[in-house]
Amino acid sequence: MIRNIIISSTFHLVIILITAMSLPFLAKKPIDLPPIISVELIQITEKTNIPFAPKAKKIIEKVKEKEKLLSEQAPPKVVKKEKPDSIPLPEEKIQKVEKLEDKKQNPEKIDNEVKQVSEFEKDELFDPNNIAALIDKSKEDFGETTNKTDKVSQDRDKTVNNIGLSLSEEDALKAQIFGCWSIPLGLPYNENLLVRIKLKLKPDGSVIKSEILDHARMNKPGQGFYKVLAESALRAIQLCQPLRVPTTGYERWKDLQLNFDAREMLEG
Amino acid sequence: MFLRYILILFLLIPFNSFALIEVDITRGNLNPLPIAVSPLSLDSDSKSKLKTILKKDDIGAQISIVVENNLKKSGLFNPLNKDSFLQKPDIAHFKPRFEDWALIKAQALITGKVTFSDEKLRVEFRLWDVLAAKEIMALAFTTVPSNWRRVGHIITDKIYERLTGEKGYFDTRIIYVSEEGPKIKRIKKLAIMDQDGFNTKYLTLGNELVLTPRFNPTNQMVTYLSYFRNLPRVYLLDIETGIQEVVGDFPGMTFAPRFSPDGKKIIMSFAKDGNSDIYTMELENRIVERITNHPSIDTSPSYSPDGKYICFNSDRSGYQQIYIMKSDGSNVKRISFGKGLYGTPVWSPRGDLIAFTKLHKGKFYIGVMRTNGKGERLLTENFYQEAPSWSPNGRVLIFYRETKTDDKGEGFSAKLWSIDLTGYNERLVNTETDASDPSWSSLLSD
Repeated sequence: MIRNIIISSTFHLVIILITAMSLPFLAKKPIDLPPIISVELIQITEKTNIPFAPKAKKIIEKVKEKEKLLSEQAPPKVVKKEKPDSIPLPEEKIQKVEKLEDKKQNPEKIDNEVKQVSEFEKDELFDPNNIAALIDKSKEDFGETTNKTDKVSQDRDKTVNNIGLSLSEEDALKAQIFGCWSIPLGLPYNENLLVRIKLKLKPDGSVIKSEILDHARMNKPGQGFYKVLAESALRAIQLCQPLRVPTTGYERWKDLQLNFDAREMLEG
Repeated sequence: MFLRYILILFLLIPFNSFALIEVDITRGNLNPLPIAVSPLSLDSDSKSKLKTILKKDDIGAQISIVVENNLKKSGLFNPLNKDSFLQKPDIAHFKPRFEDWALIKAQALITGKVTFSDEKLRVEFRLWDVLAAKEIMALAFTTVPSNWRRVGHIITDKIYERLTGEKGYFDTRIIYVSEEGPKIKRIKKLAIMDQDGFNTKYLTLGNELVLTPRFNPTNQMVTYLSYFRNLPRVYLLDIETGIQEVVGDFPGMTFAPRFSPDGKKIIMSFAKDGNSDIYTMELENRIVERITNHPSIDTSPSYSPDGKYICFNSDRSGYQQIYIMKSDGSNVKRISFGKGLYGTPVWSPRGDLIAFTKLHKGKFYIGVMRTNGKGERLLTENFYQEAPSWSPNGRVLIFYRETKTDDKGEGFSAKLWSIDLTGYNERLVNTETDASDPSWSSLLSD
C-alpha cells in the first residue's frame, strides 16, 4: 500500500516537474517570434495578396518575373552566411544570442553531440537527439543532417529550425507553386490524392534533388492515377524553379517537403 | 525500477521536434496543360501513295489536327500554335530538343511518323514529358488508310489517359435524332456520327417520328422509340444489318428504352390507362418482367453500371422526382428533394453520380447528384434543355438545347451541347442538321 502511494506520488511529482519545466520553455517561442513575422509581412504581403491561382495566372507570372530579378541582383552566397554580421537578418535577435553561446563553447572544436547540450538547453537536462533516436528512427536522420549543416556554417539556431517558414514565407512559396501546378482534372476525387515530395535545395531555390516519398504506390494496381498526379507535381516543381525561398536561413529550408494535395481543388 | 521511471520521464518530456519543413500545396491551376502536337512526319513515297488513295495532301498533318482538336475540345489541354515550333517533325520524332519545346512553354510533346506499306497505314507516335526530358509513351497502329481519323481518336485516348489518369472518350460515336424543317412539321431521323461530328450516317428515312435512341454496350444495336403507324413503341435496330424489330408485344404504348449494362435486357416504360410502369424484356427469350407496380407515372429508367440498381423518375409523391430501387423493383427510395421537377435520370458509367434534368421556375437545368441524392450540382441553366448522356469515362455530359420560337414561329433550333462534370467547358457539338436526344457510345476500341 505504502509502496503504491510512493510510486503514485513520485509519478505525480514527475509530471508536475515536467509541466514546470516544459511550460516556460514553450512560452519562450512566441516572445521571440513576433518581430520576425512583422518585418517580413511588410515585404511580402503585396505578393501574397494575389487572388488564387486559376484566375490570377497573369499576376502570378508578373510576380515571378520580379522574383527572378531580385534573385539575379542579389544571389545569396554561402560565404556570406559564414559571416552573419554582414547580413541584416530579421532573426538578428536570436542569432546574436546564439553567437554569444557559440563563442563561449568554441563551436568549431566541439562535435555535434556535445553541441546539442548547449547552455541554451541545459535546463532541459537531456539530449533531444538521443531521445529522438530512441523513439523514432526518422529523428536519427535529422541528427545526421544537422551534423552536416555544421560544416557549412555556424549560425544555425535550434529555435529557428523549429519555427520552419514564417507564414509570409510559406505564403510566397505556396503562391508560386499554385501558379505552376496544373492539376490533372481526370483524377478520381474519392481517392487519396496526396503526393509528398522531398526536395534538396540550393541557396538560390533551385532544386538539386526531388524524391517522391510514396514511390511504391505508383505501381500498385488501380493506382495509375497516382503516377499521373506525382508527375504533375514534379512538373510543377521543375516549372517553378528556382523556388521562391526566403533569402536567409538556408539551413532551415535546404531540405523541404512539399505535400501536393489535389483533393480540395477537385472537390470544390 | 528507477531506470524505468527515468525512461518514462524521458518519454513524457516535450522536446524540440526536428521535423523537416513541410509545405502543403492544396491549390493549383486548372489551366489547360500546354501541349505541342507536332505534325506526324511522312516520307515522300508514302505521301504520294496516300494522296492518291485518300485525296489528302499530307495525312500526317491531318491526323495531328484530329488529335489537336480532340485535346482542345476536352478543355484540359492547350495545343500550342504550330508556327512556333522550332524543330522539324521527323527530327523531333527521333530525338526532340527539349530546350526548344520548353522555350515555347510546352509541357508535353507529341511526335509521330506515318508510313504506307502493304496497302496498310502504319502510324506510330511518341509522347514526351518536356520538363523531365523523357519519353513517357510510344505506340504504333496499323490499319486500312480510310480509318485514319479513327487512328487520330485512338491516339488522343492514349495521350489523354496517360496525362489525366482516366480513360479517354474520343474513339466513340454519338447517336442522335436529326431534325429538319419547321417546328410544326419536323422531319426526324436517327443519325450516328463520330464524337467530333464527322462521318455522319442516317439510319432511318424520316417517315416516322423517332425519339430517344440508346446504344447497347457493344455499340452494335440501338433501341429507340418510333411512332410507326402512329403507335409509339420501342424498337431495336441492328446498325450493321439495318434490321429493325418491335421490342415485346405490349398492348399499348412503350417508351423510354435503355439497355441493361450487360446488354441482355431492355428496360422501358409501358403505359396503359394513364398509368405507366417500368418493365424489362430479355432479348434472348423475350421474357417480360414488371419492375414497378404503382398507380403513378414511373418512367426514364436507367441501370447502375453494375446492374444492381435502377434509377427512374416518378410522380408518386405528387411531383416528378428521382427514385432508385434494386433491379428487381424492391427497396424504392426517393433521392431528389430539391425544389422543382426532376427527370431523365442517367446513372454515370463510374457509378458515383446520377445526371438529371431539372425544371424550376420555368428554367431547365442539367445537373448531377450522388446516388444517395446528396451533393446536387446544377451545371448549366437555359430556356429549354434536357436528356443528358454520359461520356464513357463519366467526365462529360452531352445534352440538347432548344431555342425559343419568336412571334412569327421562327428562330427555333435544337442543338447538341456538351459540358464537363465541373460545369466548365460548355461547347456546341457540330452536327449537320439540328439535333436532339443524343446518346454517347462506349469506347469503340476498348
